[in-house]
Amino acid sequence: MTEVTVIDVIGYIVIFVGVVFDLLGAIGLVRFPDVYNRLQSATKSVTLGTFGIMIGILIVTGFTPLGIKALICGVFLLLTAPVSAHALSRGSLRFGAKMWKGTVIDAYGKDKLGGPQIESEEGEAKESKEKEDEVA
Amino acid sequence: MRRVVLFVLSYGLWLLLTLPGGDWPVYVVGAVLALLVAIFFGAEFTHRPLSFLNPRRWFWGIIYIPVFFWHMLVANLDVAFRVLHPACPVKPGIVKVKTVLKTDVAKTFLANSITLTPGTMTVDVDEDVLYVHWIDVLGDGEDVKANTKAIVAKFEKYLRRIFE
Repeated sequence: MTEVTVIDVIGYIVIFVGVVFDLLGAIGLVRFPDVYNRLQSATKSVTLGTFGIMIGILIVTGFTPLGIKALICGVFLLLTAPVSAHALSRGSLRFGAKMWKGTVIDAYGKDKLGGPQIESEEGEAKESKEKEDEVA
Repeated sequence: MRRVVLFVLSYGLWLLLTLPGGDWPVYVVGAVLALLVAIFFGAEFTHRPLSFLNPRRWFWGIIYIPVFFWHMLVANLDVAFRVLHPACPVKPGIVKVKTVLKTDVAKTFLANSITLTPGTMTVDVDEDVLYVHWIDVLGDGEDVKANTKAIVAKFEKYLRRIFE
């Protein structure tokens, strides 16, 4: 095991790239302005990053039991991550999480929720009060 | 028939996951679990199980993988650029796109592919309309045709051949 082959090096490079994408995804999670943009960063970068790590493991270990498990893990990640992102974003929209004020268009809110769910410049206080009035 | 296909698929997956094999309990437990899955979830499974055997679908499926990964890599570099840019240049919005795909499976895969590629994320599907959150909206985002061309068209032609 002390010997390092070319294949090992390639595998470690792939793992490293995966970790870098994971890191970028985490930074995006902090920097982006609202729930939806953060989900974008979280799903895309983190899915590819983690998938990269899995593929890296597959390359390093070859088609051994461990490598095949890593591959299956990666495939399931690709199939499930977008579903959870979709569920979270739809849930937040229906719950009423407002979109960032720089948002250009909200076709979903216009069609389904009776008006775009975009944060106004003055902040949310006014709108939430109006909503309470409607409920009452 | 669908239950048989589902049983074979889930048992095969079990065998892969427990790969070195082992004693007989491994295989028996796997068989029982796969049977339970087939009985309880068979009704939710695809309506045309035999299409799993169609080689043309598999061929297009394999062609689709590199195409998809290329778009995914571009997407990630794009998002990475936005993350690291000091001004964080995003212009988000939810736009409408139309799809020509008919079956549920195809729409599911289209929605998943959209979520994993350039700055787009599917929020909801309603018949042939997909609501997509886009990190960099084209123009004012009102033009459904232009949106469709930019987001959906590149996947549709493959997915139609795979799933329909």
